[in-house]
Amino acid sequence: MIHFSLQKKLHAAEGFLTLDVNCEIEEGDFISLYGPSGAGKTSLLRMLAGLMQPDSGFIKMNDEIWFDSEKKIKVNPQQRLVGFVFQDYALFPNMNVEENISYASSKNDSKKNIDELLEITGLSGLRDKKIQTLSGGQQQRVALARAIAREPKLLLLDEPLSAIDNEMRAQLQNTLLTIHSQYNVTSIIVSHNINEIIKLTSKTIHIKNGQLVEYQSPAKIFCNKSEDSSALKCIFLFSEKTGNDYHISVLTGNQVITVNCSEEEAKDLRNGDEIEVSFKGAKVFLRKL
Amino acid sequence: MIETAPIWLTLKLAFLTTIILLFVSIPLAWWLSRSKSIFKTIAQVMVSLPLVLPPTVIGFYLLLAFSPANSFGKFLEHYFDIRLAFSFGGLLIGSVIYSLPFMVHPVLSGLSSLPASLEEASYSLGKTKIQTLFKVLLPNIKPSLLTGIALAFAHTIGEFGVVLMIGGNIPGRTNLASIAVYDEVEALNYYNANIYAAILVAISVIILFLLYFSNRKLQEVKIL
Repeated sequence: MIHFSLQKKLHAAEGFLTLDVNCEIEEGDFISLYGPSGAGKTSLLRMLAGLMQPDSGFIKMNDEIWFDSEKKIKVNPQQRLVGFVFQDYALFPNMNVEENISYASSKNDSKKNIDELLEITGLSGLRDKKIQTLSGGQQQRVALARAIAREPKLLLLDEPLSAIDNEMRAQLQNTLLTIHSQYNVTSIIVSHNINEIIKLTSKTIHIKNGQLVEYQSPAKIFCNKSEDSSALKCIFLFSEKTGNDYHISVLTGNQVITVNCSEEEAKDLRNGDEIEVSFKGAKVFLRKL
Repeated sequence: MIETAPIWLTLKLAFLTTIILLFVSIPLAWWLSRSKSIFKTIAQVMVSLPLVLPPTVIGFYLLLAFSPANSFGKFLEHYFDIRLAFSFGGLLIGSVIYSLPFMVHPVLSGLSSLPASLEEASYSLGKTKIQTLFKVLLPNIKPSLLTGIALAFAHTIGEFGVVLMIGGNIPGRTNLASIAVYDEVEALNYYNANIYAAILVAISVIILFLLYFSNRKLQEVKIL
C-alpha cells in the first residue's frame, strides 16, 4: 500500500496554486489521475518519483518511508524503485531500443527479462532500431518497457497516450492492461480520456486546483449527473434538408451522428456550436449550450 | 630556413590546453546548465570575460599575478618552487583561461538543449549523476563536445597577446609560432614569416574542416 499526503505551493498560469493531496492506494491497484490542465497532476507524479521536493507531507511505500518533511527523510529518485513514463518519453537517443531497456536493469542475467518485455510490448522486431526511426506509438512502447525493466514498486504514467492516434491508443491500452496484470505493479496514469480511464483503471483521483475532489470508481465519477440521463453533449457540424425534413449532423466523442429535427431548431445553429441532444421515446430534442 | 621548435611548442600548448579545458569545462558547463545559484551569474561573467577583454589585458594581469614580486607569485615560488612568469607552465595557465569560453559555451549550449527529462529518466532508472553524465548526457552532445575541442585547440594556436605578455619569447620554452611570425617580420625576414604563417593557416583550416566534416557525419547518423 502507498499512502501519501503532499503539500506544495506551485507557480501556475493564474498565479499561485497550493497542491494538497492526501491519498491511500492499495497494492496492485491501477489508478487514474484526472483533472483540468494545471491542476497539479504532473507535479504530484514528480513528487512521488522524487523528482520534485514537496514543501511538507510524507510518502509511505509499504513499510518504507520515501519522504517525510518532519523527520527530514528524503529518499533519492535512484532508490525509490519507481518506473516513470514521461510525457515526452525521454528515451535516450544515443542508444537503440534494446540498450534503452537494458540501461534500466543493473543485472547481467536479465537478458531473459528484456526479451520477455520486448515480446509483451511488441518490440521484438525493433530491438536494434535507433530511437529516432521509431513512430510515436513505438517510442511509447519502449518508454513503457524501460520503466518496467526497472522492476518498479510503483509505475507512474504521465499522459502516456495523449500524442497517439486512436487506433494505436487502443492497442497500447491493451498492452498497459497486460503489463499491469502480468507484473501486478501499483500504477498511476494521468489521463484526460474518460474512455481510457474507465477501460484501464479501478479508481480515479479527481483533482482540481490542487485539491482532491473525489477518489472513487471512474464509473461513479463520470456517470451523467444531469437530470436527463440520455442527453449527449455534441458539436454541431451541418444541417441538410430533404423534402420537408431537416437532418443535422453532430459530433459526439469520435462519432458523427445524424438526427431529425425541425427547421426552427436548426436555423440558428452554426458550425462548431455546442449543443445537447436528448432522446425521449422516438422524439429528439435539441438545446443550444 | 625556419626552426620547427615554435611549431611543435604551439601544438604541444594547444594539445595540453585542450585536455585541461575538457576536464574543467564539462563539470563547469554542467553546473551552469543546472544551477540557479547567485554564483552562477558571477561564474558566467568570469567565463565570458576573455571574449571581450583585449588579450594583452589578461596577459598583463596574469603576468603581475605570476611575478615573484607579488604575493601569489611569491607564494608559489616559496612553497612549491614554481615560477610561472616567462615559463611554459605560465603559458598553459594563460591559454586555459583565455580559451575557456570557447570550450564552455558549446558544451553548455549542448547540455542546455537536452530536455531535463533525459536526466530525470536516468535518475529514476537508478543511475547516479556520474553514470548519467557519461552514459546519457555526454554521448548526446557529441557535436557540441567536438566543437568545443576544435575551437579551443584552434584558438590556442592563434593566441598572441596573452602568450607574448606572459611568455615573452624565450627560444625552446615560450617562443610560439604566432610570436615567431611577428619576430621574423620585425627582422624583415618576410620569407620565414610567410612559412610560419602558412603553416598556422594550414593547421587551422584542417582543424575546422575536420570539425565541420565530423559534425556533418554525426548529423547524418542521427537522421538515419
